[in-house]
Amino acid sequence: MDRIENHPILGPRKTKREPVDFTFNGEQWAGLKGEPIAAALLAVGIRTLRRHEESGSPRGLYCAIGHCMECRLNVQGKGTVRACLTPLEAGMCISEGERLPNEITGRRLP
Amino acid sequence: MTPAIPFDLLIVGAGPAGMSAAVEAASRGLSAAVVDEFPEPGGRMLGQFHEEKGHWWVGRQVAEQLLDKCSALGVKLRCGVSVHSILRSGAVWVLKTSEGSMQARNVLLATGSAEVPHPLPGWTLPGVMSIGAAQVMANVHYVKPGRRGLIIGVNVLAMAISRELSVSGVSIAGIVLPGFGPITGKEASPKESLKELMGLAHLAPSPLMRIGGKAANALGMAGFVSRFIPRSGIKIWDIPLRLRTVAVSINGRSQVQSVTLADVNGEGAVIPGSQREELVDFVAIAGGLYPLAELASVAGCPFVYAEELGGHVPVHDEQMRTPVEGLYVAGNITGIESALVAMAQGRLAAATICGDTGLLDQHHDHEVQEAMQDVRRVRASALIQFRPGIQEARDQFYRKWGSFQRDGQEIKEEG
Repeated sequence: MDRIENHPILGPRKTKREPVDFTFNGEQWAGLKGEPIAAALLAVGIRTLRRHEESGSPRGLYCAIGHCMECRLNVQGKGTVRACLTPLEAGMCISEGERLPNEITGRRLP
Repeated sequence: MTPAIPFDLLIVGAGPAGMSAAVEAASRGLSAAVVDEFPEPGGRMLGQFHEEKGHWWVGRQVAEQLLDKCSALGVKLRCGVSVHSILRSGAVWVLKTSEGSMQARNVLLATGSAEVPHPLPGWTLPGVMSIGAAQVMANVHYVKPGRRGLIIGVNVLAMAISRELSVSGVSIAGIVLPGFGPITGKEASPKESLKELMGLAHLAPSPLMRIGGKAANALGMAGFVSRFIPRSGIKIWDIPLRLRTVAVSINGRSQVQSVTLADVNGEGAVIPGSQREELVDFVAIAGGLYPLAELASVAGCPFVYAEELGGHVPVHDEQMRTPVEGLYVAGNITGIESALVAMAQGRLAAATICGDTGLLDQHHDHEVQEAMQDVRRVRASALIQFRPGIQEARDQFYRKWGSFQRDGQEIKEEG
């Protein structure tokens, strides 16, 4: 999605953010250091942040302020985090939240 | 990292209420800290702006002013830190956070509100988000939530943020009603939605009155009764408000591609044959706000359901005390109102805490009374009144629930 460089009412961002590289599901992308992972991914057009643990259906950002937990994904070295609250750092290895096997029903991953 | 000396006051939430309380408390000599899990302070004010008599009220500027004051007064501010638990241990509160524990003699919960969802078929698709999320993405993170979006839910929050998005360069296909469902209920009917707009029933920050007024004028021209509203809707600032249209489903394979819409009659029943698809790449659901109060519950505070205030709220008195010793509340956790009211409530809570801790001299009663009157004044003059009868609802709440004895655990209803 488009970034808003110069907001018509709020103006440009006061503190300039440095561009950094990161990977998502093994692919290389660029974002801005310190912006939430969810914003960096949305800016490059990635909306699917997670597969539902049971059904595997795609899930994305919902509330953007840490309440709903829909955007959880994995960051190497940090484990599962909320993409909407976790600031992007240079060289982050990020992967989508994954579908999981279900030991109770016996469902295995395809 | 447990500090050796507990803070006099620990505030959870760096929004308008929490930051205002921090400034007030620190300027009266209390050692104060604020924690918030959002990476930057300011709360939801960061993304709010609205037009007021020809100039723009910008929430971020208000937040920056409060931040400057906090810094000057030595308030310890920790952002990006989540509070997981709150426990009373002797004379102090111990809060477990994502970065160690913190201790304080008094805690002020200024956690704000959360959004009510409006589930409908397809709402879990990536690209469907709450209206507040669209606001945060565009106005706080400077990334457009999509190229063209549809807003589902007619209320003042929806209208305020639609305008913000539109001003930010995001195309809005329209604002439509949520279809009938197990959760949406009466709000889905054009009549009720119209009533909601006209009466400005609960929820929303910012320019409620003005937006509501504009809607009323526009609706007035079309006739106040929804069956006279054209099916194509009416336009409020170039945004089509389609009061006779409902969202039936959100469609797409791996993300939002379209929304199926249908026309309804005045009672909300779908008119056969009126279904069609609207192509959009994002959907924002506007279900309204409710007080975000889990920590109060964990701390052992009793709750009361108050519809006018937006849901279950922690029992508190007009001075912002809860029945739990050393626990206070301010802002939207006490009921859904605008940022300015939250700020006045924050200042009041700080004055009360200073009085309770013996920091104010013999005049403290007077200062607390003054701060209480200020909350009432701000509420009365608010450009945006979430609900016309909010003060009456508050008065009733405080009469019924606000006279508790802190040492007694039992909360009794009076009168």
